[in-house]
Amino acid sequence: MTDNNSYTISKKVKLANSIHLMDVIAPRVAAHCYPGQFIILIADEKGERIPLTICDYDREAGTVTIVFQALGNSTKLLAEYKEGDAFRDFTGPLGQRSELIKMPKEELSKKKVLFVAGGVGAAPVYPQVKWMKENGYEADCIIGARSKDLIILEDQIKQYAKNIYITTDDGSYGMAGNVNDCIKYLVNEKGQSYDLIVAIGPMIMMKYVCILTKELGIKTIVSMNPIMVDGTGMCGACRLTIGDQIKFACVDGPEFDGHLVNFDEAMNRLAMYKTQEGKSVLREREGDTHHHAGCECHDN
Amino acid sequence: MDVLKKVPIKEQDPKVRAKNFEEVCLGYTLDEAVAEASRCIQCKNAKCIKGCPVSIDIPGFINEVVNKDINEAYQIINKYSALPAICGRVCPQEVQCEQVCIRGIKGDPVSIGKLERFVADWARENGIKPSQPKNKNGRKVAIIGSGPAGLTCAKEMAEMGYDVTIFEALHEPGGVLVYGIPEFRLPKEAVVRPEIENVRALGVKIETNVIVGKSVTIDELMNDEGFEAVFVGSGAGLPKFMGIPGENANGVFSANEYLTRSNLMKAFDSSYDTPIITGKKVAVVGGGNVAMDAARTALRLGAEVTIVYRRSEEELPARIEEVHHAKEEGIHFQLLTNPKEILVDEKGWVKGMRCVRMELGEADQSGRRRPIEIEGSDFILDLNTVIMSLGTSPNPLIISTTKGLESNKYGCIVVDEATGLSSREGVFAGGDAVTGAATVILAMGAGKVAAKAMNDYLLSKNV
Ligand SMILES: Cc1cc2nc3c(=O)[nH]c(=O)nc-3n(C[C@H](O)[C@H](O)[C@H](O)COP(=O)(O)OP(=O)(O)OC[C@H]3O[C@@H](n4cnc5c(N)ncnc54)[C@H](O)[C@@H]3O)c2cc1C
Ligand SMILES: Cc1cc2nc3c(=O)[nH]c(=O)nc-3n(C[C@H](O)[C@H](O)[C@H](O)COP(=O)(O)OP(=O)(O)OC[C@H]3O[C@@H](n4cnc5c(N)ncnc54)[C@H](O)[C@@H]3O)c2cc1C
Ligand code: SF4
Ligand code: SF4
Ligand code: FES
Repeated sequence: MTDNNSYTISKKVKLANSIHLMDVIAPRVAAHCYPGQFIILIADEKGERIPLTICDYDREAGTVTIVFQALGNSTKLLAEYKEGDAFRDFTGPLGQRSELIKMPKEELSKKKVLFVAGGVGAAPVYPQVKWMKENGYEADCIIGARSKDLIILEDQIKQYAKNIYITTDDGSYGMAGNVNDCIKYLVNEKGQSYDLIVAIGPMIMMKYVCILTKELGIKTIVSMNPIMVDGTGMCGACRLTIGDQIKFACVDGPEFDGHLVNFDEAMNRLAMYKTQEGKSVLREREGDTHHHAGCECHDN
Repeated sequence: MDVLKKVPIKEQDPKVRAKNFEEVCLGYTLDEAVAEASRCIQCKNAKCIKGCPVSIDIPGFINEVVNKDINEAYQIINKYSALPAICGRVCPQEVQCEQVCIRGIKGDPVSIGKLERFVADWARENGIKPSQPKNKNGRKVAIIGSGPAGLTCAKEMAEMGYDVTIFEALHEPGGVLVYGIPEFRLPKEAVVRPEIENVRALGVKIETNVIVGKSVTIDELMNDEGFEAVFVGSGAGLPKFMGIPGENANGVFSANEYLTRSNLMKAFDSSYDTPIITGKKVAVVGGGNVAMDAARTALRLGAEVTIVYRRSEEELPARIEEVHHAKEEGIHFQLLTNPKEILVDEKGWVKGMRCVRMELGEADQSGRRRPIEIEGSDFILDLNTVIMSLGTSPNPLIISTTKGLESNKYGCIVVDEATGLSSREGVFAGGDAVTGAATVILAMGAGKVAAKAMNDYLLSKNV
């Protein structure tokens, strides 16, 4: 009952087991988006509004690149879409541009910047590293994942980062350990002095990076991915405690000063429909009344 | 028949409807409508018309109902309103057209709203469409937001021959009509969608998923896309919270989130993917229409629901009919009660709410008696879910991305009341974005006023 163009998938690439990249034709978004922002898509008539970070864009072709991990019901459904298929809805860009882009040039040029990407977090980090290079700034980048097969976008990021470091929890590729081990190694052993860290990955990773960088005294920006509904400031589902203020991630963020974020509250809220714990709490609280498919799914 | 009394209208039994999302009010039959319409005394100087923000020719359409020419009745209403099946259902008639109806001086006023609803429903069921605009002038105007204000402005402009495009941020058009007001008061597929389709049938284009200010700016619409004038009907969707401890616990929602999940995202229908948390015991904080809607939604999802409101029943801002329906369905009321803190369990979920009793003191500026806490009256409500329904304000997005668009301290767009013209040339505004949260029919009235002024503006620009 509307007069939109459809949002066709012009390209699909499998980056790793269960991680997919798609270019989607969405001219209005492509014309206005910047690194740091996100989109919301709805796969079909009965789908949820799924927020995903903008990983790249081509203003001329009118396409926006997204990368997602097929975890729960909704993202698994996305993974079934093929090149040439179309999504029902695709909207954005939402949220603020990256802090780096908003920063005055003189200030940014004086800063030594390190990106820290965990898992699918490499997707939102990529456009920022690219933007830095294309605008004449240098930056280093750590990519971390559980194991080698989950490291994504390494070649793409390599094109734009000054130095790139890989870490895997199981040691199957690059350095053995987590991203914090790598930060410590770079700062304490290699004597690197970073002024600014941009850390994007699972909340738990961002939390621990922030604990470390607070000790190290390095300002850290994180990109928060709380539960969202509209993504335009209308529902408050995405609210976070930042310092002593309540902020809506979809309009005030998604990037925030990591040292001010109340991660424990954010992780708790994220689990509302999600983790095993959240689900068992739901079951305990609601018995069989909670019939919803979206909550019976996966573990991660 | 007692002419002083209105013809009663059938409703679903409270016990039954408390468990379903089907419409509460079942509407008049033709015979009942004719009987009710016959109560209208066809005043020469009909006061009721002045009580209606879009000035519907009320005696005119009612007379056609008496004649059983419902088609004609519909064509009369349609001259004034694009959304009669909606207004007939959700207009606060008791403070508008019906409040000033002559019949109301001695006895019940004519059930104007219910008759309007009957006519619109009958027209829809019998496939009657509004007539097409004759001349097209090809000049482009943009409407931002597809709520009642935007839809009305679009209809008026299209009928004057303009090439109209509505830009809507969400994936469905309708504004509060689709995301806020629940199915059981305003059926979406059966009632809202066809009325929006009627607007589209006039040639109005609706582009969803466009967030003006993000996906495109007003300046770009006017400079690059050839729109000669813009109407902003972006509503007042920003929710408020109380700022009390525990408010970010799991199980605390804004009414907007709760209602959006249920209405727009259809969480009440298990074939959709959106989850919703019901909770066995739910408190809704607030006393307006929105609070009643959230409470009655939670009830239908299986919860035991209490409304917590800091003033007394007399001050409840919700429509009397809504409060009455809520009570019938078994919603509890804790009046003269104010929350102080939300209690949270060790897993981060709501487990209760500490409240305090209030008493009413002197009247404040708004003329309502100010609630004052009674010291030492704290008590705890056992709960799993809290829904905050404390009012909303306009979203700052459009104002912050449009140079020279003036707003007041509440974030409302400042306009000239007589024309809806904002501080920017060619940019008009109306509805909740200008007044703050109000009503469907006031938003429609504003859309209409602005359409007339836009036309004047565009004609004068042409010369
Ligand atoms: C700003 C932002 C950017 C994001 N960028 C990416 C990205 O680039 N790549 C990527 O893979 N993921 C990204 N995410 C996370 C992604 O949106 C969620 O993983 C996805 O919504 C989970 O859906 P699911 O049903 O597959 O998963 P499940 O884990 O099964 O989720 C269960 C339910 O929880 C809810 N839910 C859980 N997490 C979220 C969430 N963050 N937002 C909304 N609802 C949620 C949904 O209702 C869902 O049905 C982003 C999230 C946000 C807010
Ligand atoms: C739960 C609830 C119950 C209510 N019950 C009643 C009732 O019984 N009777 C009554 O008369 N009134 C009722 N109201 C109030 C009434 O719905 C509103 O006053 C009315 O809808 C306002 O109309 P509007 O067109 O100004 O805005 P809205 O209906 O709010 O529509 C605004 C539209 O603009 C869109 N928008 C916002 N920003 C942008 C942007 N930047 N770009 C593009 N689009 C944008 C929004 O997504 C939305 O669709 C109720 C409200 C609520 C929330
Ligand atoms: S639109 Fe509302 S105010 Fe006007 S006649 Fe109908 S019910 Fe009454
Ligand atoms: S005021 Fe009442 S009685 Fe008079 S015309 Fe209007 S509806 Fe009829
Ligand atoms: S997602 Fe609704 S306010 Fe942020």
